[in-house]
Amino acid sequence: MHEMSLAEGMLQLVEETARREQAQRVKSIVLEIGQLASVETSALEFCFAAVAAGGPADGARLVIIDVPGAGCCLSCGRTVAMESLFGVCPDCGSHRLQATAGTEMRIREMEIE
Amino acid sequence: MCTVCGCGEGEGEARIDGVAHVHEDGTVHSHAQAHDHDHHHAHGIDGDLDFGAGPARAHAPGLSQSRMVQIEQDILAKNNTYADANRRLFDERGIFALNLVSGPGAGKTTLLVKTIELLRDKVAIAVVEGDQQTSNDAERIRATGVPALQINTGKGCHLDGHMVGHAVEHLKPADGSLFLIENVGNLVCPAAFDLGEHHKVAILSVTEGEDKPLKYPDMFRAADVMLLNKCDLLPHLDFDADLAEANARRVNPDLTIFRVSAARGEGMNAWVDWIAAGLAVQGARRTESVDALKARIAELERQLATR
Repeated sequence: MHEMSLAEGMLQLVEETARREQAQRVKSIVLEIGQLASVETSALEFCFAAVAAGGPADGARLVIIDVPGAGCCLSCGRTVAMESLFGVCPDCGSHRLQATAGTEMRIREMEIE
Repeated sequence: MCTVCGCGEGEGEARIDGVAHVHEDGTVHSHAQAHDHDHHHAHGIDGDLDFGAGPARAHAPGLSQSRMVQIEQDILAKNNTYADANRRLFDERGIFALNLVSGPGAGKTTLLVKTIELLRDKVAIAVVEGDQQTSNDAERIRATGVPALQINTGKGCHLDGHMVGHAVEHLKPADGSLFLIENVGNLVCPAAFDLGEHHKVAILSVTEGEDKPLKYPDMFRAADVMLLNKCDLLPHLDFDADLAEANARRVNPDLTIFRVSAARGEGMNAWVDWIAAGLAVQGARRTESVDALKARIAELERQLATR
């Protein structure tokens, strides 16, 4: 969804950091994208390359770390793996799963020169 | 940030009342070049906001050594900063803000009109209407007698915290009022963008599929309330309302659900009562913040007296 807006948000953070660090060029950017964040990583890469063109992050490589989804079962209290925003608790069969991890979209670090 | 109007970086242009407001500088961050601000004299309460989008650019001279820099920030940090500022303003003034989201055609605008008719004698209301194009919806709201501002997102698929911050500046909602934001009709993108609202309210109509919460889980997960609208049509449809509710609760076990018919008025009282309860909470919050300010003034006066 809305990968262009996310790419622009990323570019703001990246360019602000590059300016603060007096970097000439951003070589790579390390992102953490949760499996439940509904971000299409190939679309994000495409959009970022488009918005970063002509600036210090032009051509920067995106290193995307997948963060696995997990949730808490509100019925039995167990923490279970989740591959989508809803699922079934493998332990008790309840549908009352609340996602607790894997929804993040963060920039962890970047390599500059 | 633009020091003149508070605009953030990354906008191509924002049009208000049809008057151009151009961020055309190469170095967006420093605003070193031309920066027109024609609109500040032109926008009234009926003025529409028109946003486009464009990438920011920056030139950074300096070192050539390759090194890693920690950032550790949410990609949406910028939007969240704007949203937090909006929420702080709402809380200080006792305003209750709701962000209404749904797919196109679920009946958001009709629901808003009926909600306003039920509440306008009891509380001041201001409305923000988000659409890609036209000001038709804002005109429908204005016909009820409450101020409405249309935001045209242009190519954008959602409202963001920055747009809503501008809308608040224009609408100047009264203390203790109800602030309703009708987001762009889209069940995907608005889920991720906090506008500073107190609750997202998802609207699902019975002319859609019962499995919509499973097809578009992000929105139903982000929402605190779901209104199942057009329930007057249930006798004529195969729609299983219980199944729709169960599907929504699979995605979001804590969801509060109201079955309503905005067109016929059924179920609307429970929804309006829920809004009234939210307004009461915000009113109490404002009293608290006013009391805290008064205590601070008294303390400062006491300090002054001892000098």
